[in-house]
Amino acid sequence: MRYLLRRTLHAVFLLLGVSLLTFLFSSLTPGNYFDEMRLNPQISPDTVAALRAQYQLDRPLPIRYLHWLNAVAHGELGFSFAYNTPVAPLLWVRARNTLLLTGTATILAWLMALPLGVWSAARLGRAPDRVLSWATATLLVVPDLVLALGLLILAVRTGWFPTGGLVSVGFEELSPFHKLRDLISHMTLPVLALVLATLPMLVRHIRASVAEVLDAPFLRAARSHGIPDRKLLYHYALRAAANPLISLFGFSVGTLLSGSLLVEVIMSWPGLGPLLLEAILARDLFVVIGGVLLSMLFLVAGNLFADVLLYWADPRIRTAASAK
Amino acid sequence: MKQPRKLAKWFVLLLLLHGIIAAAGFFAPYDPVEQDRERPYLPPMSIHLMDAHGHFHFRPFFYPLKLREGSFDQYEENTTSAIPLLLFSNASSYHLLGFLPARLHLFGANGARIYLLGSDAYGRDQLSRILYGGQVSLLAGLLGAGVTLLLGALIGMAAGYYGGWRDELLMRIAELFLALPWLYLLFALRAFLPLAVSPFDSFLLVVVVIGMVGWARPARLVRGVVLSVKERDFVRAARGFGASDLYLLRRHILPETAGVILTQATILVPQFVLAEMTLSFLGLGVPEPLSSWGNLLASLQQYNVLVSYWWMYLPALAIVPFFLGYLRLASALQQSTVAYKIDEKDLWNPS
Repeated sequence: MRYLLRRTLHAVFLLLGVSLLTFLFSSLTPGNYFDEMRLNPQISPDTVAALRAQYQLDRPLPIRYLHWLNAVAHGELGFSFAYNTPVAPLLWVRARNTLLLTGTATILAWLMALPLGVWSAARLGRAPDRVLSWATATLLVVPDLVLALGLLILAVRTGWFPTGGLVSVGFEELSPFHKLRDLISHMTLPVLALVLATLPMLVRHIRASVAEVLDAPFLRAARSHGIPDRKLLYHYALRAAANPLISLFGFSVGTLLSGSLLVEVIMSWPGLGPLLLEAILARDLFVVIGGVLLSMLFLVAGNLFADVLLYWADPRIRTAASAK
Repeated sequence: MKQPRKLAKWFVLLLLLHGIIAAAGFFAPYDPVEQDRERPYLPPMSIHLMDAHGHFHFRPFFYPLKLREGSFDQYEENTTSAIPLLLFSNASSYHLLGFLPARLHLFGANGARIYLLGSDAYGRDQLSRILYGGQVSLLAGLLGAGVTLLLGALIGMAAGYYGGWRDELLMRIAELFLALPWLYLLFALRAFLPLAVSPFDSFLLVVVVIGMVGWARPARLVRGVVLSVKERDFVRAARGFGASDLYLLRRHILPETAGVILTQATILVPQFVLAEMTLSFLGLGVPEPLSSWGNLLASLQQYNVLVSYWWMYLPALAIVPFFLGYLRLASALQQSTVAYKIDEKDLWNPS
């Protein structure tokens, strides 16, 4: 329990640190949303000053930070200048879509990578393993930007998948089943891009750590006891190899979040990516900070989940934690 | 025995690729900003040895494109006028490597422009733009990696050498930078820097931004090496003879970190080239009329380009051989410098 508490505290400090960091960066900004207003002769300087005061941009940085922190504690994330609404609901709608995308991609990628990696490790050096290694090595040298754009062109030219958006026009009139089908067909392309971008890295890591365990004497002993191969691989070997893989899980969430940002913009998926990009171009300060922080929250949640998994899977950590 | 050869192989490949980009002026038939408004979005042309009548020619030639009859955007080859391809031709002047004035091009043609990889919206030659764009992208990646490694080495050495609260503080900050998804970090940094600046300034801006993103990992690795090196006998001996901190760091500790820094460089450069591509693709990086691999792809965000002009995708493929070379070089380096391969977990609890 203390282990988990410590990990949670660590996560909270991480979030605080990131928020402080982004705030510090934001104070270095040479220009903000109201600068353009100031150039507009139809808006009086007084109005701009009043607006700045309203958003407390005229206060010193520490005060602004504390004020913002207080707002966060109340479930708000500041105010969007461009949309003229609180940031939280604005972000939340988009974050849901991003989560839908990254969540699905994470699950799919791991569901595919685990059997592939274990299968490959069990046939180390033989033809199927070599073919798979070659395939992952090939995918590895295609960066996500190139991959996503390529898939998009393929989709546009073949017309197999809708290209862009979350749902089709007239989504509201569809029956629940058709709604689901429509959503899935829209998700296919971005999810495919994300999965293909992370899969090679996952498969290679899983293959390496399982192969390392397969050499261990206890597995040779288990095999000589006549335990069937499948059980040997998935029950004994995978469990022993779990520790680095669970750390990898936390890392994969981070990569998928970054990848998702790009894929969303390319495939016009209404997630955090396009919103963040617009906010940057419009200098919509709190939307940027909120978006970065929200992504951090997802990442921390993913890592916390990995920590819980680790605690559950690795008896060494449990005993180390209770011994303290 | 096999490793050094493998290393050399990939190193030579990378050298060749960089050489081609560095000498873009020679390999590119045209100036990258030279427009031909009459010929927007021409598809790639092919070089022939056989003409339309089935006759073989020793001299390679191409057919200029003309609009297909009754169409306004479909082109076909005009087989009535074959234009010979000129090898090592003298044409527009350029500066090789930025300072040597030259006029020699690998190939060119008189009478009609040749677009081996098609033309863009303003009739500019895609091949030339890709080659010149590589200079911007690769330079951004290399300089960005240089900034990052410098920062990382300085911070890592300071943290590892001085230890104590300085180490604690620096490593906590490093942890923050490691934790953030890199694209979000890139966005956040870019968000707070000026948007509308001259092309050259924005290039510098991109270098600074991507240079500041990645320092945490090299810093941690360098710190690990420094932690173990500073307790070695030769360092203690030097200290015993009264060597100053600066001298020790420069003379004895820095050379020991070279392996880590070199390996990190091969990992970071392709990542940073991709970072530049991503920023420029999203319109946050190097702007027109300068071309970079990223902003060459930006037109793909328009649906009609995506549907009709597939050759606008070709710039994306330019980075793939570089990725291949750097990845293989990095793994060959890692295998040959096993001594430097330190488990990340050990770095955190150096007992």
